[in-house]
Amino acid sequence: MTTTAPALVDFDDVLARYEPTLGLEVHVELSTATKMFCGCPTDFGAEPNTQVCPTCLGLPGSLPVVNQAAVEAAIRIGLALNCSIAPWGRFARKNYFYPDMPKNFQTSQYDEPIAVNGWMDVQLEDGEVVRVGIERAHMEEDTGKSLHVGGADGRIHGAEYSLLDYNRAGVPLIEIVTKMIPDTGARAPEVARAYVTQLRDLIKSLGVSDVRMDQGSMRCDVNLSLSPTGSGVLGTRTETKNVNSLRSVERAVRFEMQRQAGVLDGGGSIVQETRHFEEQSGSTRPGRRKETSEDYRYFPEPDLVPIAPSAEWVEELRGTLPELPWEHRKRIQEAWGLSDEELRDLVNAGALELIEATVAEGAPAGEARSWWVAYLAQQANMRGVELADLPITPAQVARVIALVAAGDLNNKLARQVVDGVLAGEGEPDEVVEKRGLKVVSDDGALIAAVDEALAAQPDVVEKIKGGKVQAAGAIVGAVMKATKGQADAKRVRELIIERCS
Amino acid sequence: MPADSGPAVSGPDSRGPDSTGAISRDEVAHLARLARLAVTDDELDVFAGQLDVILGAVARVGEVAAEDIPPTSHAVPLQNVFRPDVRRPGLSQEQTLACAPAAEEGRFRVPRILGEEQ
Repeated sequence: MTTTAPALVDFDDVLARYEPTLGLEVHVELSTATKMFCGCPTDFGAEPNTQVCPTCLGLPGSLPVVNQAAVEAAIRIGLALNCSIAPWGRFARKNYFYPDMPKNFQTSQYDEPIAVNGWMDVQLEDGEVVRVGIERAHMEEDTGKSLHVGGADGRIHGAEYSLLDYNRAGVPLIEIVTKMIPDTGARAPEVARAYVTQLRDLIKSLGVSDVRMDQGSMRCDVNLSLSPTGSGVLGTRTETKNVNSLRSVERAVRFEMQRQAGVLDGGGSIVQETRHFEEQSGSTRPGRRKETSEDYRYFPEPDLVPIAPSAEWVEELRGTLPELPWEHRKRIQEAWGLSDEELRDLVNAGALELIEATVAEGAPAGEARSWWVAYLAQQANMRGVELADLPITPAQVARVIALVAAGDLNNKLARQVVDGVLAGEGEPDEVVEKRGLKVVSDDGALIAAVDEALAAQPDVVEKIKGGKVQAAGAIVGAVMKATKGQADAKRVRELIIERCS
Repeated sequence: MPADSGPAVSGPDSRGPDSTGAISRDEVAHLARLARLAVTDDELDVFAGQLDVILGAVARVGEVAAEDIPPTSHAVPLQNVFRPDVRRPGLSQEQTLACAPAAEEGRFRVPRILGEEQ
């Protein structure tokens, strides 16, 4: 077991003596309808062992067949990361004894990954750009889920036995591995986070995965080593797994830098091992020692024939790449005249896509933006949900905006209509109808209310008659109150002036 | 720094036989551990000898194959065999667990997993 760990070194002190080198491995679960090598569904959250068949259970006599949609997704990811697509490659068996794969091996690509040697320019908060090299992106299959019973916190250690659900076994995975990222210094944690964030956005824009870190459809392993500043000697790295949020990526890098510096300062050496990130404490704990690559006894998968994407196919897929998310944002920023901060706030609030969709439904950008970042953001906040999870669609918001523009609603009524939609009362027009929220601009109804208000406040009438037109505000207020906010305030003011002259 | 980077599938294996062709007892013991086989001390010697013979035979293929012969992993000249992304019926939970030695909560129950943590 572990001996007493050396103390963590203060982050600034780490930087005074050491240079971090980062490496990031990101696994992305594809959102294909079926698994990598069989026709089983891939839905998240199904009853255990209900999305399985002889192939993904590794039963004798079954044979895998590659899912074409998964290969296409892999190639598109590779192209979006500026990789070269391998003209020929095989799958390999990675052999190991662990019950999360019923076959006793994982089918993966080994030394013949489908995409190699790319890059992505990662933009940091202050605008600095770090080019991260992409070593490879390869196809493989996910493993089953284990539930460890009898130990503390569901961990293997101390568990009496384990329970296995193979629904996830065989779901297509793309593993994206960076080249070593040197010279990031104090920004290493930030670079790691920015890279994973940008990769997530990129893959989301390709529509090949829902990239939900909270549901495990995107997972990150953080490789980190330290070398004494100026030594030019690469240190031994650790690989931290279980890093399940963007914030955790940043924390894991920072923690490993501080921990490794403590070990090195004390004259110790870093053990090449897998470590586990602990969400609660933000620390890492040792896992298994890494087996060496040979120990997995990789060999070409005899049951699957090679994949040889033709140049025509690759170019066809290149033609399907969407506008890159950061280029898209830049275009939107210019079109809407946003400052860097405004754009960042919209992105962080998850509002950008919603506003765009609202604009696409015919709303002016300014109003669409104002609704999503103000009133709707408040509602989401109050309900404790993400903006996108509010039960209102961009089309419905656009309709409310259109009703305001047409003079059928004022802002106050519009908010009540939105409340109605959020409460499940139907489309905006239905809510207007049911709640009787239309602005009253019909002179007949308004004149009665205006006359009543004027009669109640003769002193104000005198002031208006004496030329103090701004005193009309008090009457407008009274009329609005009497009509429950539904009067057309502009028309009311006009009527007051008319009737006092 | 890919976790799995290492020698190529068809490349040299650092644990393979050295130039003299001898495979050591330690190497046999290591392989036995990877395959989760309980091998006695006597068997280590027996298998070391037998593996030497096998490796020697395989090595002769390398002598025959010239530069212009690519390593062959698949006997059938096929490539790009794909399946459309269409769901097919699989097994029910009951069918899946029917042959399991032990099951619990709709899952396969397996003995304590020792030594490793994924």
